[in-house]
Amino acid sequence: MKIAYYPGCTMKTKAASLELAAVEALNVLGVEFTELERWNCCGAVFSLAEDDLIHHVAPVRNLIRAQQEGCDTVVTICSQCYNTLARANLLVKGDEEKLDTINRFMDEEPDYDGGIEVVHYLSLLRDQVGWEALKAKVVKPLDGFKVAPFYGCTLLRPDEVSIDPLHTGLLEDFLRALGAEPVPFSAATECCGSYQMLAHPEEGMQRAAKVIGSANQAGAEALVLSCPLCEYNLGSRQGDVVAMSGDLQPVPTLYFTQLLGIALGLEPDLYRLDLAGPAARDLLTEKNFVAAAAV
Amino acid sequence: MEGEPTTTQKPVHIPPSIDPTRRRALEKIAELSGENVWECMQCGTCSAVCPMVESMGFTTRQGIHYLQFGMVEKVIDARIGEYCASCHTCQVRCPRGIEVPKVFEAVRLLTLRQNEDFIKLRELSDETIEGAPQIAMVSAFRKLTA
Amino acid sequence: MASATVTEVETTTIPIFVMGKKYDVPETLTIMKAMEYAGYQYIRGCGCRGGICGACATVYRKAGDYKIYTGLACQTVVEPEMYLTQIPFYPANRASYDFETLDPTPESIFKLYPELFRCVACNACSKVCPMDVEVLDYVSALKRGDIAAATEISFDCIQCGLCTSRCMGEMAQYHIAQLARRLYGGKIAPKAEHLQKMCDNIAGGSFDEELAKLKTLGEDELKKIYTEREMEPAMSDEGWKPESSVGLA
Repeated sequence: MKIAYYPGCTMKTKAASLELAAVEALNVLGVEFTELERWNCCGAVFSLAEDDLIHHVAPVRNLIRAQQEGCDTVVTICSQCYNTLARANLLVKGDEEKLDTINRFMDEEPDYDGGIEVVHYLSLLRDQVGWEALKAKVVKPLDGFKVAPFYGCTLLRPDEVSIDPLHTGLLEDFLRALGAEPVPFSAATECCGSYQMLAHPEEGMQRAAKVIGSANQAGAEALVLSCPLCEYNLGSRQGDVVAMSGDLQPVPTLYFTQLLGIALGLEPDLYRLDLAGPAARDLLTEKNFVAAAAV
Repeated sequence: MEGEPTTTQKPVHIPPSIDPTRRRALEKIAELSGENVWECMQCGTCSAVCPMVESMGFTTRQGIHYLQFGMVEKVIDARIGEYCASCHTCQVRCPRGIEVPKVFEAVRLLTLRQNEDFIKLRELSDETIEGAPQIAMVSAFRKLTA
Repeated sequence: MASATVTEVETTTIPIFVMGKKYDVPETLTIMKAMEYAGYQYIRGCGCRGGICGACATVYRKAGDYKIYTGLACQTVVEPEMYLTQIPFYPANRASYDFETLDPTPESIFKLYPELFRCVACNACSKVCPMDVEVLDYVSALKRGDIAAATEISFDCIQCGLCTSRCMGEMAQYHIAQLARRLYGGKIAPKAEHLQKMCDNIAGGSFDEELAKLKTLGEDELKKIYTEREMEPAMSDEGWKPESSVGLA
């Protein structure tokens, strides 16, 4: 298995706190990979029209890059990138005609031969590392940390790219390996509002309010997220959402990779708590998961 | 003229009762989505799970029903495709396995391919662009601009 | 009386089509010269004639070939059956900004050019660039916030506008890249401290005495000083220093 890591546009700026610890964690856990040297934006959404091939060019071009760099697997952390790359890959692997058309359109590139597999970071942890091995590397167990694991949409739907198609609770297993206590909450697999927060902000915030309300009801101390857009809707904009709703309790939001970084004892500049809200920092300090000086 | 099946499309036979003036739009929806809206048995599960249904003019189930009658304009006016967040919950819950997001993407495309945008780039505030992750802008523009 | 272009030497002529009209032109000419040979007089779409100003962007096709080719008219030699037109100007959206007040962040670029996010990575821009700039790569770099990489990749851009003419996302790539380069050069790249130091030296008068001396000299003396001046040898090592240290600190 030769793994290429595809970052996606957001990882290098807004979602640095999602990427840094994750990448270092792979080193700690002994997973070999290289970051793709040359890549472009994957498009973030998978085009659903039968005749639309141009929007598949962006993700397929990245698969060609992985091929060029001698890899057979692409791993990504951004949920939207995962969904888009995985679905585009399945589409062209299953439809010779479309793959041929796309290859011939990209006449300035070598052909995509269908030899890449796209996996999400969490699947990689589950399959290449295993929860027991992860647990063995934890130096700071997150004991008693009641967290609500939020999957969002793009990691689970549609079925053919789901990281947890049988609903076994992949994110919960991950959190338990870190010593945390995932709480069941009804909105775990619901939508955060996605791009509607930009297109129709009021409706987007109403959607976000439902998720936060559900986390409140579950008694979660924090909401664990895996996607930068979920983070924007449920984290960065939480102030607006809570203000609009009138009956919600604020709940700190953290990326699953930040918790991974803390649990593995990585350097604080890798899990970037400075990018998490003050509430998250205070909570983690209070619970002694991080030293006060580290934040 | 009936919708012709392709390797990836489901066979779609537009009922002869459909008004010829509505056929064209229905053929387009079938062609763009590859889905057969007449497989829908109107159970309403899609509406029950849709996170944006309250913002739409009527429910997703009703939307499919209107499409079954060829009344595409009504579905466009109800802004179902516009408010859809592409969460795909309807797809994984539909007992008939209809890829509902593809149907509403087709409806959305009828507008977009006339070179009409649903959102204006310049109407996004500086604050939003400053704070939002790039994937937010990329996905919003891909889904809602021509 | 105007003189026609008369060639003394017999050259082979080949047919080319300018905006659909056929002309027989000497095969050794560039597109620009060929069009002038054919009688066109340039008032737009012509500039430095040296391959660097970006005014003479030309789009052409070849016989029996569906592909689109591009080149600069002043640099590209004609081919038989070349079917061409020039695009001296293509409308391109350019944002208004006060450079002094801009933060050197990716978000500054995103706010001024949100259409950047409409890129579908079709690569039409890179394919059409007459300077072989990897336009898609710099657009991708900008989307992920890497202003330095975008600066590096877009360096050879001559702002001809062909990329903009082909862009599916309807963005003006070259304007966006120019903003990136300005931000990088003006606000991100480390300043050359030794340059600043030398400027300070000059302003501080360290060369004033020498200059005053030179002003008193006659022509012959100046010539003598000039021809006998000390120059850094062509193959000197890093540690070379001039004998005179006037003005150096």
